[in-house]
Amino acid sequence: MRSVREAVAGFGRAPLLGGLSIGSIAVSLFIVGLFAVAGHNVDRALSGVESRVEVVAYVRDAVDEELVGLAVAEIEAYPEVDEVTYVSKVEALYRASQELTEFSDVFSDLEVNPLPASLVVQLADGSRTPDAAERVAERIEGYDFVEEVRYGREWVDRLYRLRRVVGGGALLLGGSFAIGAVLLIGIAVRMAILARRREIAIMKTVGATEAYIRRPFLVEGLLTGLLGGLLAALLTYGAYRIVDRTLLPLEWVPEWWVVVGLVFAALLGMAAATRAVRRELKRIDVY
Amino acid sequence: MIKLNSVAKAYGRSARALDDVSLHVAKGEMVFLTGASGAGKTTVLRLVHMQTKPTQGEVRVSRFSSSRIRRRELPELRRRVGFVFQDFRLLENLTAAENVAFALECTGTPRAKAGPRVQKLLAQVGLAARARSYPRELSGGEQQRVAIARALATEPLVLLADEPTGNLDERASSGVFDLFRRINASGTTLVMATHDAELIRRNPDVRVIELENGAVVFDSATAAP
Repeated sequence: MRSVREAVAGFGRAPLLGGLSIGSIAVSLFIVGLFAVAGHNVDRALSGVESRVEVVAYVRDAVDEELVGLAVAEIEAYPEVDEVTYVSKVEALYRASQELTEFSDVFSDLEVNPLPASLVVQLADGSRTPDAAERVAERIEGYDFVEEVRYGREWVDRLYRLRRVVGGGALLLGGSFAIGAVLLIGIAVRMAILARRREIAIMKTVGATEAYIRRPFLVEGLLTGLLGGLLAALLTYGAYRIVDRTLLPLEWVPEWWVVVGLVFAALLGMAAATRAVRRELKRIDVY
Repeated sequence: MIKLNSVAKAYGRSARALDDVSLHVAKGEMVFLTGASGAGKTTVLRLVHMQTKPTQGEVRVSRFSSSRIRRRELPELRRRVGFVFQDFRLLENLTAAENVAFALECTGTPRAKAGPRVQKLLAQVGLAARARSYPRELSGGEQQRVAIARALATEPLVLLADEPTGNLDERASSGVFDLFRRINASGTTLVMATHDAELIRRNPDVRVIELENGAVVFDSATAAP
């Protein structure tokens, strides 16, 4: 209780510095928070895309359909594969004219069907990753009758890369602000110690334990971190609501992420204070 | 109770504050530590309070040794060795009673028990009536008494005082000194650094250790009568 009381008094002594410390933690975690929301939504998009990852193998013209039928059975036996559908040349043309109605004139005027037949391979659950798609594609390419295999690799890769960039960016930016926050909290705690120099010297003289002397400053760091974390959570939520309403629909991050963020902020504040206290208390002599 | 064995203390590279000092203060003894400014009086007190370690030799206080004591044992030593400063070092924003209570609280006495203890300590130094006064409302002598009450809060075995009467007029000085006498009479070992020759002359029964340039040049306990 004494520690909390004195930590609050510490804020009161240097409100600007305390505010700056809280603000810097809030900014660093706000950045992390924004990236977390972005990352979470990219993840969701990815899992949506993943369920649609399919491998399409285009079949050469004038191939024995029986041969293709055998291949279909073989491919369906791959562990990564859920289902294989054969789309004939005629069916491909029909689908194209249905889906691309603006070109229906072109399609009806054709004398030769330019579209190839294809095998559409649906991947099984748990195999809808770029790696699995690539493995399946490579095996299918081995068939003589296959002209070309496509599986939207680039798009999937790009999404995965985006996710990595998002994660890395969050760490880098959030990390540099966190370092700033640690330094600011250190200064705030150092100022608080300086303001209480005489008291600390007397505590040391009469035999107060180190832990007793340190505790209020550590609590000050912890509270600074926690308040910064709360502010960051509010800012992030606000930003999420604004984007969600105006730009594009988003989903809020799981609650436990917020809890982890708050705990992290509190620990960061306490770690910064510990570092400053350790250095500064040694400098205060009894006499 | 206090033992210095061939103690040398150098600050920095060249300045030698103490050079090969050996002395022994027995339990319950009262000692004047005297000498000119810079002779090493304060250094001896700081070494006994283990605020600093000797460059050479060993300082022993009760069961603590300067060569073996660990950082986390310091608080325990400090509770056994009270310290009184020339400039009192009271906290200006606290009353006399709160200054004494501060020492009790930060050494782990529960609040409920601290109250009666504070009253007792202030009565012991003759300031029961000034408990609610702030330091600025007290005379120098009274402030020093509060500081002494604070030093006694942890019931120390040894009380160290560095020029405790240095800032006081003669009347206040003798009052504070009488208080030290009483504290010593109750069994507390007392080492008082002073360069007040008059005070020493008026108290011939108190042992005198004189330092000069960091060495003991006179000790009434070993000198021929």
